[in-house]
Amino acid sequence: MASFLMKCILKCDIIVSCASHTDREELIVKKEYVMGNQAIAIGALAAGVNVATGYPGTPSSEIIDTIAAHNKDKNVHVEWSVNEKAAMEVAAGASFAGARCLVTMKMMGLNVASDALMSLAYVGVEGGLVVVVCDDPGPISSQTEQDTRLFGKYCRIPVFDPASVEEAFEMIKDAFEYSEKYHTPVIFRPTTRIDHAYAEIEYDEAVKPKEYAGFVKNSKRFVIFPRLSRMNHEMIEKRNPAIGDDFSSYKGNVATGKAGNKKAVLTGGVCYAYSKEYIQDRDDVTLVKVATPHPFPEKFILESLKGVEEVLVVEELYPYLEDELIFLAGKHHLNIKVLGKHTFDSPLAGECTPEDVAKRIECFINGTPYSEAAKDVAEENIKLPIRPPVLCAGCPHRASFYAVKQAMKGQKANFCGDIGCYTLGNAMPLDMVDTCLCMGAGITMAQGLFNTDPETVNFAFVGDSTFFASGMTGVANAIYNEADIILCVLDNSTTAMTGHQPHPGTGRNMMGDFVDKISIEKILLGMGVAKVERVNPLEHEKAVAVVKEMASIKGVKAILFESPCIAIVKSNKKMTVTDKCIGCKKCIREIGCPALSVGEDGKVKIDALTCTGCTLCAQVCPTDAIVNA
Amino acid sequence: MSYNILLCGVGGQGTVLASKLLAAGAAKDKKVVHSAETIGMAQRGGPVTSHVRIGDDVYSPLIPKGCADLIIAFEPSEAARNIDYLKKDGAVIVNEVTINPVTQALSGEKYDGQEMLDFLSKKTSNLKVVNSNTLCEKFGSAKFFNVAVLGVALGAGYLDISKDAMIQAIECTVKKDFVDTNKEVFNHGIASV
Repeated sequence: MASFLMKCILKCDIIVSCASHTDREELIVKKEYVMGNQAIAIGALAAGVNVATGYPGTPSSEIIDTIAAHNKDKNVHVEWSVNEKAAMEVAAGASFAGARCLVTMKMMGLNVASDALMSLAYVGVEGGLVVVVCDDPGPISSQTEQDTRLFGKYCRIPVFDPASVEEAFEMIKDAFEYSEKYHTPVIFRPTTRIDHAYAEIEYDEAVKPKEYAGFVKNSKRFVIFPRLSRMNHEMIEKRNPAIGDDFSSYKGNVATGKAGNKKAVLTGGVCYAYSKEYIQDRDDVTLVKVATPHPFPEKFILESLKGVEEVLVVEELYPYLEDELIFLAGKHHLNIKVLGKHTFDSPLAGECTPEDVAKRIECFINGTPYSEAAKDVAEENIKLPIRPPVLCAGCPHRASFYAVKQAMKGQKANFCGDIGCYTLGNAMPLDMVDTCLCMGAGITMAQGLFNTDPETVNFAFVGDSTFFASGMTGVANAIYNEADIILCVLDNSTTAMTGHQPHPGTGRNMMGDFVDKISIEKILLGMGVAKVERVNPLEHEKAVAVVKEMASIKGVKAILFESPCIAIVKSNKKMTVTDKCIGCKKCIREIGCPALSVGEDGKVKIDALTCTGCTLCAQVCPTDAIVNA
Repeated sequence: MSYNILLCGVGGQGTVLASKLLAAGAAKDKKVVHSAETIGMAQRGGPVTSHVRIGDDVYSPLIPKGCADLIIAFEPSEAARNIDYLKKDGAVIVNEVTINPVTQALSGEKYDGQEMLDFLSKKTSNLKVVNSNTLCEKFGSAKFFNVAVLGVALGAGYLDISKDAMIQAIECTVKKDFVDTNKEVFNHGIASV
């Protein structure tokens, strides 16, 4: 327990901690250099948050980790929920009782939670409820480039969009205030470059969670029925313009530049930071920063753009601000030329960069055409090695994939993948991921493939955390509908990709408690799968035999490949190559472990820094040349 | 005026700790500092960068290309990959020990570290080549390179941060049990210049 909490604290990397007591005894002001996500967590604690829930996902995961690390007195209920929908619903219940609630997720998590959020938007909240949804332009670690600002508009709830770590820290408190003022859930949407940026913040460590009244039953308010929905829908449509007016005087919505400017840049979030970096203090162009994209602060925008004839909209993901401005121009008959994604004056996809934003604004101000060719391309280019992300040296997933691959040699088989480190099983030489769609989809898609071609062996690979998040329904669906699939649970006892968060199968939770592990094997047996086998994937021959056996059985079968993530169970074992190596490179060709390379002498070399002594290469070697060091 | 340091390398080389130490050191010197990290899928053996920005006219968490005063590269091809970030006359400290991606081990082709170094020397006259293996030999593991190279940067006069501040940064950033070793590693880095 203590060691787990300690780990959380260390993970948060508190690096500048200069606590100083001021004359007021209860106030402990602390200065700390923190990551944006830590700032959001500390800001929520400063706002007196009572309940914090979420599901891990880059770039959002550090928020819940940080709240847990600060929760030594256990005054806050903090949890990794099994998925985002559960997180949203736990928070909704607590909010009805008057508690301030924080829910965190990455943007695709909101797709999972949207059923709950959409209805909650109609019902409303009692205690402030802030949904932090971290968008990932690029995308750097995601399946889509969806834009949560637009999701907020679809839900018809307020959206906050911080432009810096410092602003995120302040703004999260405002988000709670507005949520309670208007009895609505609100979305707080940072992007990766805010989440994973660092800055110094100053906060009072002694803030206690807010007191709340407790749940007061009121079925007319808390039970969603068509009549209530219709009534509240009308209320929301009348309310939102009022919130837009309220936002027009919000401190985060700022315009700079001198009166009479004909040109303006409209932006928000980290794109504001990039724009400001270039514009600095010059005033010959108006810079308009929108911190509350929904409901759109119309009055503020109209005021800021008085006399402006041309606007360049700088934003990532979807043309949100651009659409709002075009709508506003139509509504108020403004004679404004709007340049942005619709006119191909802003990048249509991917992340913005400070130098590209600078270049575009420079061209906009000078009235010169922007062209990609004008970018400073390095005159002398050099061929750089391609360096795709790979499964770590010693990763047990490699062994699991390899066992299935070997067992299915010569047989027609499909390999449906899922979301997690194991998506990297698609890389050569493993090449073991044929499909990947969204959390949990591997299982249901394997069923779909079976329904179209029962002759092929259909595998579904799912991680332990993903299994709990959204794998169980797929298994039930497959059993009920008589599918013939092999479920491979790659159980490494953690949520590895997002930074090793615990889940229901790990036996501990974010309150620091040891809890009963939920057994994946028992769940599967309880559902009635035809057969479940547990195997250590690093025992290669045994693992291959299990896969072969399962492939001969009808129905839904499950193999639990159990071996812990190398990052949580540290090994001090190493492998080494002896003179017996004939330089055939079979180990490299078959398993592609990053610790393996070819030395000057043509023989295989093992990197002692990264090797974990998993022995898979030794089991593959035809001449027994690889041994324990 | 800001002072910008870009750290780059391959996921797992310890660039994140190095950037945290630089940021903490700058803060100890009462400077305004911001930084940004690569976190997520790319950490699994992919290229990673850390942006450290010191100065009060900084808004962007990322260093704009052409604005880095110093690049500290943990791997030669990663230095080449990020060379566009370097300001004219900026300095580069590069580790000459290469990490070949698995894709290259598979295809059998190897990239030439020396070719990368030659390319870098064409890009800047201010290039300092170090070797992580020899630099860290005394400490038994090249894993200490992330702290040693900061000593090299300071010793070579590239850091706009005082030695005292960096030592304090190590004391309050690194896990207790490793503080003394890391201070020793850092001082060794300085002395190696």
